[in-house]
Amino acid sequence: MALKTEQFCLNIGPAHPSTHGVFRMKATLDGEVVVGLDPVFGYLHRGVEKLAEQRTYTGSIPLTDRLDYLSSMSNNLGYCLAVEKLSGIEVPERADYLRVIMAELQRIASHLIAAGALLNDCGAWMTAILYMLREREKILDLFEMTCGQRLTYNYMRPGGVAQDVPAEFMPTLQKFLASMPRYLKEYEQLLVENEIFLARTKGVGILPKDLAINSSASGPVLRASGVKWDIRKNDPYSIYDRFDFDIPTGQIGDCFDRFWVRILEIQQSLRILEQAVQQIPTEGEVASKVPALIRPPVGEVYTRIEAPKGELGFFLVSDNSIAPYRCHIHGPSLLNLTALREMTLGWKIADLIAIFGSIDICMAEVDR
Amino acid sequence: MEIEKYSEICAGTDPNVALTEGAEIEALKNASATTVISDPDQWLDEEIKRNVFLTTFDWVIDWARRSSLWPVVCFPACCAFEFIATAGPRYDISRFGMEIMRASPRQSDLMITAGTLTWKMAPQVKRIYDQMAEPKWVIAMGTCACSGGIFSNSYSVVPGYNHIIPVDVYIPGCPPRPESLIHGIQMLQEKIARERVNIKIPSLKEG
Amino acid sequence: MTVALSSREVAANIKSKFPDMTLEVTDQAVIVQSKDLPAVADYLKNSPEMDLSYLTDITAVDYYHYFEVVYRLNSINKNTSLVLKCRCYNRENPEIPSLTSLWRGADFMEREIFDLMGIRFTGHYNLQRLVLWEGFNGYPLRKDYL
Repeated sequence: MALKTEQFCLNIGPAHPSTHGVFRMKATLDGEVVVGLDPVFGYLHRGVEKLAEQRTYTGSIPLTDRLDYLSSMSNNLGYCLAVEKLSGIEVPERADYLRVIMAELQRIASHLIAAGALLNDCGAWMTAILYMLREREKILDLFEMTCGQRLTYNYMRPGGVAQDVPAEFMPTLQKFLASMPRYLKEYEQLLVENEIFLARTKGVGILPKDLAINSSASGPVLRASGVKWDIRKNDPYSIYDRFDFDIPTGQIGDCFDRFWVRILEIQQSLRILEQAVQQIPTEGEVASKVPALIRPPVGEVYTRIEAPKGELGFFLVSDNSIAPYRCHIHGPSLLNLTALREMTLGWKIADLIAIFGSIDICMAEVDR
Repeated sequence: MEIEKYSEICAGTDPNVALTEGAEIEALKNASATTVISDPDQWLDEEIKRNVFLTTFDWVIDWARRSSLWPVVCFPACCAFEFIATAGPRYDISRFGMEIMRASPRQSDLMITAGTLTWKMAPQVKRIYDQMAEPKWVIAMGTCACSGGIFSNSYSVVPGYNHIIPVDVYIPGCPPRPESLIHGIQMLQEKIARERVNIKIPSLKEG
Repeated sequence: MTVALSSREVAANIKSKFPDMTLEVTDQAVIVQSKDLPAVADYLKNSPEMDLSYLTDITAVDYYHYFEVVYRLNSINKNTSLVLKCRCYNRENPEIPSLTSLWRGADFMEREIFDLMGIRFTGHYNLQRLVLWEGFNGYPLRKDYL
């Protein structure tokens, strides 16, 4: 008697504990093996690009905060750099250093959540993420000291930053930098030799180098596949060319490589922070004189930065009015998802969740 | 793990499915875009309640219900991370009995709506709310949940969850701090403490 | 530092390979006709002297009389970049050939432009709305959508 099997469509729905937000996948399964995948998004499409056309340039900064809400400082930085390039505004040196410090602290906070969430998805319910949240709270304390907010900061302005850091910021930051290597070592000991974690992530969900370039992936996903491309080194912005740091890359582009590249990037960010803290001028202005309503000349500009999740780009078209004519936001998470289907074909559902967690997306950036 | 050819049959590429879902979203939008569901009227009975004492039975049931509210996972946007931070080591909601976030709505009794609601997501949230068993409560966390917030004049955002589900407690903030969220949860606990419990005991006579 | 290739040199280069194409050149970009787009994109991606194999971004802007679709290309090996533009003048049914056969990354970006601006990409294997739902009336990012 021959066994007849049928393929089965499973909807891994928008409200799911492991989908990093509202993301829906229509998976076609043969038993437990994924043979087809169709992602559906748009459940968090808030029309940010249209709203930005109705607000002034400075008034759109809170909108950019809410794009990738885990790295609001980076989003602010990218947008302010775009407006400054369009209008020809210069930034004072102390403001540049403060921006780099905030951006690198934000990178550490975002990668901590990424690593913790991957472990959460692999089944270590809340243990790893509680450890990561412990350190992230220290970084959020630093941000709260500066601008009063824990998640969506609205701190940078075209021409500099909104206000200077208080006196206790630098000592607290140095205390944090001194204590962080010990915690990284703790994570290494707990995680890297953990058999279950290695079995679930080593060799799983490989993204080959050619496919990574062809599907416009960026950030840690691209670097884990072996491509040495980091905008801080290849197309430097702000004052990143003054710092000495490495670009970690992976070998094969599996889930473990994507996770490990993020941990190594935290180490490099600590290195940049130490140099920035030594080099920052102790006094100086934190914002240059900019008119209250910025009216850039007619033109268009595309500025990109290395956000924690990849290449974040802002395309601004101006027609010499107080609001942008077109504001397009190039979010890295949307493009990192392009190759999801190729990465997951042939693996089981549980691996699908682990692969998806290792790409580390933020739905607000995918949908905008 | 090699497979020769991956399957083209995926319900996603079937246009009929997308059209029915789209029609459902449009129907919900036309029905609820301008109307607001009023808050559950337990609050309104305050005048009456001051003159009515709760029995010990009510008090015990309310104490059990409010001390272990289990939230359902409904994490659209940024406020989700303040909720996760509240569940984190510093602002621990486990001391309120709430660290168990049930993925299944059938096993939970509190929906903390942490994030902006879009019309595309609205039927799903309504479905989750309908699947929760009574008694159930809803906390609207953040300004996007209360009124649409910074995105209220966007073409795809629902201006507040109270257009599709009844809301008990509103917590403003963008995002609200974990302390605000805990304050909102405690307000809800006070509200639950004052509820009269209606339990229908099946009668043997009707058999 | 990423060197932005000079659009005039690139245009001259393309003209020498495809003599009967009409191209326009601005300071920042090379503007091609929509029927020539796949051939030019193929040349820019696969030729060893250009090697612009990394597609960074596809955007569309609504300039009332025409839609302009902007492609940003990068070369990872040579660290250069180029902007390619394509205009469609038909406001009722704008159409442009799709580049999904060359770059997988063009898939979602083209679907999003179709969703929000209404520009059809011919040759795309699955051109459906991406972020809005089927049955949504209109194209929000157009300038005449209120």
